[in-house]
Amino acid sequence: MTPFDLRTAFLEDLTAVAPDLDAESIGDSDHLQDDLGLDSMDFLNLVGALHRRFGLPIPEADYPRLATPAKALAYLTEMLGLSG
Amino acid sequence: MPSLGADMEKGKLVEWLIKPGDHVSKGDVVAVVETQKGAIEIEIFEAGTVAEVLAEPGQTLPVGAPLARLLSTDEAGVEAVVETTTIERHVKTTVPAAGPEAKPAAFPESFPPSSKPLPSAPARVVASPAARLRAAELGIALDTIAGSGPDDAVLLSDVEHRLQDRSMPVPKPAQDERPHAKPGLDMAEMRRAIAAAMIRSKREIPHYYLSHEIDLETARTWLAATNAALVPDRRLLMGALLARATVRALGKVPELNGRYEGDPYVPSAPVHCGLAVAMRGGGLIAPAILDAQDMDTNAIMEAMRDIVARSRTGRLRNSEITKGTITISSLGETGVDALFGVIYPPQVALVGFGSPRLKPMLRDSTIKPGLAVTVTLAGDHRVSDGRRGAVFLAEIDRLLQEPEHP
Repeated sequence: MTPFDLRTAFLEDLTAVAPDLDAESIGDSDHLQDDLGLDSMDFLNLVGALHRRFGLPIPEADYPRLATPAKALAYLTEMLGLSG
Repeated sequence: MPSLGADMEKGKLVEWLIKPGDHVSKGDVVAVVETQKGAIEIEIFEAGTVAEVLAEPGQTLPVGAPLARLLSTDEAGVEAVVETTTIERHVKTTVPAAGPEAKPAAFPESFPPSSKPLPSAPARVVASPAARLRAAELGIALDTIAGSGPDDAVLLSDVEHRLQDRSMPVPKPAQDERPHAKPGLDMAEMRRAIAAAMIRSKREIPHYYLSHEIDLETARTWLAATNAALVPDRRLLMGALLARATVRALGKVPELNGRYEGDPYVPSAPVHCGLAVAMRGGGLIAPAILDAQDMDTNAIMEAMRDIVARSRTGRLRNSEITKGTITISSLGETGVDALFGVIYPPQVALVGFGSPRLKPMLRDSTIKPGLAVTVTLAGDHRVSDGRRGAVFLAEIDRLLQEPEHP
């Protein structure tokens, strides 16, 4: 999976839990909760979707590492062992 | 046309989900109506057979106008013309319904939307409010659009995509007597609806307010340990514990649960617990979890997931937005300390939870950091007093100290 694919997959899951967000307008450093307005339920649903897609456990302690798309992509890249 | 809120004057029929000749049971979803709160699924209030449809998709009707005629089942052949009223709490008496698509010839070209292939009754299409309205405006049947949202829900982008798909002709756009500046949730309309409800609340309801800080350390510890063993889809949110404690506490102060619709006020036995859900882009909606008194924490969590998701994608039902007996408004994780709410009429109490925050907490004569939340009560002084309200908040506190209780 290329970084581009990963980003696409992440944005797909993000816009699925928040259908009123437009994937085109989401910035990599947008804070999911403060900037994009996800509430704790939306965020948990996103974690659930990423869990189902990638099979990662994503414990609560790691939630801060998903705070923005950029952070989340770095986290997923690391956890999936995609690059070093 | 049912009233879906104290200040709704009219609604637009977006879609029929049944047709003349169909048998319907109480609670079946029969139509979708576009309101200030988005697209709402309308449930029928009694069983019967749909005799005739009196309104067409695309039509805007005043509250109380008949939508369709229903033959009651108990007296075979006897027509029971469904009466409608204009009182806000009569939703059960206002929802006649039927579907036109069984006999398209009967409705030739009287309304532009009927030129579209009408959706077949059993195939209910999941769609966001924005998509639903846009599709109706364009005269495109929802079931001809491939959905890309959750559960293949049709999203606004799918409708636009379908519009650009030259291989599938799009009917001439439907005419609407009141064009929307923007499809879907009309924020200005929603703001007006909120304004009307809140003005009514402040005009009619003598509010009193109480505030109490609750130590959440026990709940937090329990929650972290519980969630550590669960996959994300099974994890609980603190919000579910707060809601569960609130619903349970009503058992001790039942007069805070109900709808003030006449003198004398009679509390409600079932707890239909409204949750204020903020909409991105502004506004909020407070759909109710029906019969929350029978739910344990896991069930409340599932119900919250469900209702938040459906608030986002436009699958709320009229019972959920008209039957609430109390509302919880919660600021979530990234807000301020306390929320002093305005009661959603005709309810008689609103419980506000601020954002849980680490605060210096006094324990065994030493100060330690601990998670705390400020809970507030906005109570209707016509039906309860501060003393009873205090008992209620103290009970929520007590129950949150035993989070392991299902």
